[in-house]
Amino acid sequence: MGERIVRFYRRSEAARGLLLLSPTMAIMLAALAAPMVLLALYSFWTQDGYTVNTQATLAQYATSLGRPTYRALFYRSIEISAVVTLITVLLAYPMAYFVAFRVEKTKFVWLILLTIPFWTSYLLRVFAWKLILGYNGVINSGLMSLGLIHQPLEFLLYNPTAVVLTLAHAWAAFAILPIYVSLEKIDRSLLDAAADLGDGPVRRFLRVTLPLSLPGVIGAAVLIFVPTTGDYVTPSLVGGSGGVMIANVIEEQFDKVGNWPLGAALAMASMAAVGVVTFLFVAAMRAASARLR
Amino acid sequence: MKNRRGGLLLYAIFYLAFLYVPVAFLPLFSFNKSVFIAFPLSGFTTQWYAQMFDDADMLRALGNSLEVGAITATLSTVLGLLAAKALTRYRVPGATALLGFTSLPLFIPDIVLGISILILLNAVGVPLSLVTVIAGHCLICVPFAITVLMSRFDGFDKSLEEASLDLGEGGWMTFWRVTFPLALPGIVSSLLLTFIVSFDEFLIAYFLAGNEATLPIYIWGQLRFPEKLPAVLALGALILVASAVLVVIAEWVRSHGFKDRHRMIGA
Amino acid sequence: MSDEAYLHIDRVTKRFGSTVAVDAVDLAIRRGEFFSLLGPSGCGKTTLLRMIAGFEYPDSGDIFVEGQRITDTPPNLRPSNMVFQSYAIFPHLNVFDNIAYGLRKDRLARTELNRRVKDALAMIKLEGFGARRADELSGGQRQRVALARALVRRPKVLLLDEPLGALDKRLREAMQIELRQLQKSVGITFVFVTHDQEEALSMSDRIAVMSGGKVLQVASPRELYEAPNCREVADFIGEINFFDGTIIGRDGELAEIDAPPLGRIKAKADGLVRTKVLVALRPEKIALSEAGVPGTIAAAAYLGERSHYAVTVAGRTIAVAAQNVAKSVVRGHAPGDAVHLSWEPEAVVVLPAEN
Repeated sequence: MGERIVRFYRRSEAARGLLLLSPTMAIMLAALAAPMVLLALYSFWTQDGYTVNTQATLAQYATSLGRPTYRALFYRSIEISAVVTLITVLLAYPMAYFVAFRVEKTKFVWLILLTIPFWTSYLLRVFAWKLILGYNGVINSGLMSLGLIHQPLEFLLYNPTAVVLTLAHAWAAFAILPIYVSLEKIDRSLLDAAADLGDGPVRRFLRVTLPLSLPGVIGAAVLIFVPTTGDYVTPSLVGGSGGVMIANVIEEQFDKVGNWPLGAALAMASMAAVGVVTFLFVAAMRAASARLR
Repeated sequence: MKNRRGGLLLYAIFYLAFLYVPVAFLPLFSFNKSVFIAFPLSGFTTQWYAQMFDDADMLRALGNSLEVGAITATLSTVLGLLAAKALTRYRVPGATALLGFTSLPLFIPDIVLGISILILLNAVGVPLSLVTVIAGHCLICVPFAITVLMSRFDGFDKSLEEASLDLGEGGWMTFWRVTFPLALPGIVSSLLLTFIVSFDEFLIAYFLAGNEATLPIYIWGQLRFPEKLPAVLALGALILVASAVLVVIAEWVRSHGFKDRHRMIGA
Repeated sequence: MSDEAYLHIDRVTKRFGSTVAVDAVDLAIRRGEFFSLLGPSGCGKTTLLRMIAGFEYPDSGDIFVEGQRITDTPPNLRPSNMVFQSYAIFPHLNVFDNIAYGLRKDRLARTELNRRVKDALAMIKLEGFGARRADELSGGQRQRVALARALVRRPKVLLLDEPLGALDKRLREAMQIELRQLQKSVGITFVFVTHDQEEALSMSDRIAVMSGGKVLQVASPRELYEAPNCREVADFIGEINFFDGTIIGRDGELAEIDAPPLGRIKAKADGLVRTKVLVALRPEKIALSEAGVPGTIAAAAYLGERSHYAVTVAGRTIAVAAQNVAKSVVRGHAPGDAVHLSWEPEAVVVLPAEN
């Protein structure tokens, strides 16, 4: 019997592969799948003081989607993320194009320079903006010491614009890489062929480069949009009361308020909302790119 | 053509400036004599750096972060190595789905990951500590490790391991004599990158840490106290420089190792 | 060479998903033989080789070496060694360490190890190359290092997976001769996989022609060429003309076959049950002569040592090849000329007709 198992194991490539994969999968199941399942379960329960009432109910969802303040937060979070995504991707594209098409020998240097910010502390990068935009911060004190203004500008910090600006800066590096990779993969001879067939540089870009780089652009957009909707640090540091996002109220439920089921429902609802928006966006982009032919 | 090249180059330089200048204020003001983070500058000093080393809380948080980072890096890289080997060297059913599953953490906001693990730990009765932080960090680091190691495995010839088996070495010795040396650049790169991710990570640690703080949690706590700010800036500046150096080393190792690829295939 | 099976592949079958890569293949390879597996890509030859090596396991059937069953043995414990298509030279080791790789675990004395590696280097004519690194070698040199690395372990069977494919034509031909001589001098059984029929013909003692996972014919090169057993083998090896024919009678040992446009021909057709047959005639077996089947030369190609002619006979084009024995153009062999085709009856191959 034991020998048959050994023989099956030796003969089955799939069995050996899966065995190698199993520790990693086990960890992922324990740290990702199980918690997410529990999160979903909690969203259907209620909190009674210190105990959790496991009777299934939609009360938390009713609150999440029903309460106007929460609904407004959903909208605002998605809105802010959408604007951030748009700005970041638009700004990143020419940069990625530059490195893919205009640089030969120093590509590695440029890529490293663009990658480094990606890996540095997110917390510190957001904090840097708090320093820049603050009432006594870098911009205000700088402008004042130059004599350009006499009173500090108050509109710089603690509003959605500050959040958008900070997020755009923090996530700028994320947008570059996917777009760069898809631009780099474009077969240069396609552009040569287009030129040979009579297309000038602008038409070549619109008809060859842009469509072929679209998957990278969509990838970058999704990569930025999804996590920024759930961002906590940026609204906390630079958002003030005007720039609160959904992550802030979720965190509250786990910290001060102690209503975990509500927090879970808010989290599930925001993921669903983000999922729907992302899906619609990708579908729209696919339809648009099909029409571009 | 020259005009457009010049224009795009200018754009690229401004873009880099946009990326780096805001962050550059941290080191800038860390050498400033004033407690206030404002212009005009008051003069050069290194007192904030000196002050940093007197802060016992900070040093303990630093130690915690180094410990968590090192353990997370090792665990994630080992798990990533197993997964990368399985996915690139074996025909596994459902490989694409499994790979997609392991990349999921990259697409779920950190806050959701944090609270859901918190809920699980609470339900199972596990107390919060640095261990739970390590678990949370492994979750987000394993996808990075897998990506780096899979591209390394794809880059070298599968026949090399088969040749080693054919010449008489068993599975374990084949790993040590062939797979490990050739995957080493990827392993080093993965260790460095996952270390940086864990070292700098704030939100998940915030949810999952018990009484022991990691460095980002410590910094977060200090942000409420204006007089402590310059010391925080000094710390921040050091962290930024260290991260940058590690990233450069990691990427250099990774691409330097890739030169082997062209030598390995064909004449 | 004794006749009994040294390497016996006993009705081995291997499936990948719904595709049958190797279909009940049965081969008896003799000791000391240079045996080739020949066929187009996807015919299963490489899969079969990998099963002998131990990198794939058969779904059914067994493999025996010298009577010992090795079907389930892991690759590192098998008495065979392999030369991989990509050579698989370890890039992080130099030539000496590459060749010595498989000897390390045997814990030989240092002097013995050095001697064996040096002998191996001499055998592949790369003396003094010990310290070179993999990336400093040319394709031909890597190939030889891969060979030495496998042979130094003194395997019972050496498996070669299209080892000459990556080399240019001249080097390839030189290596073919070298490999054949090497095999004869060390006397090890070689199993050689290739899709190049010229290569297989020039090097092998016997060849197994494979297609679609099955073995079509196992024979010596001459027998395969002169007496293929089916259309696919006849077509795969060298050039050949096919004609549909019908057996209409017998004349002593030979059969009389009606094969338009050749007309009534005589050929050996033993063992064929049906009257419908496929007649095959190689171009070099047809002569342009004074008497025979009349035709017109439609095209002529001068290839140096020989000339290829396309001769039209009753609307059909027949390929004819002739050695250029004379220096000048033979009179009457230019396009447009009328010629007669003749051949020896033994040169005609009669195959079963396919539906």
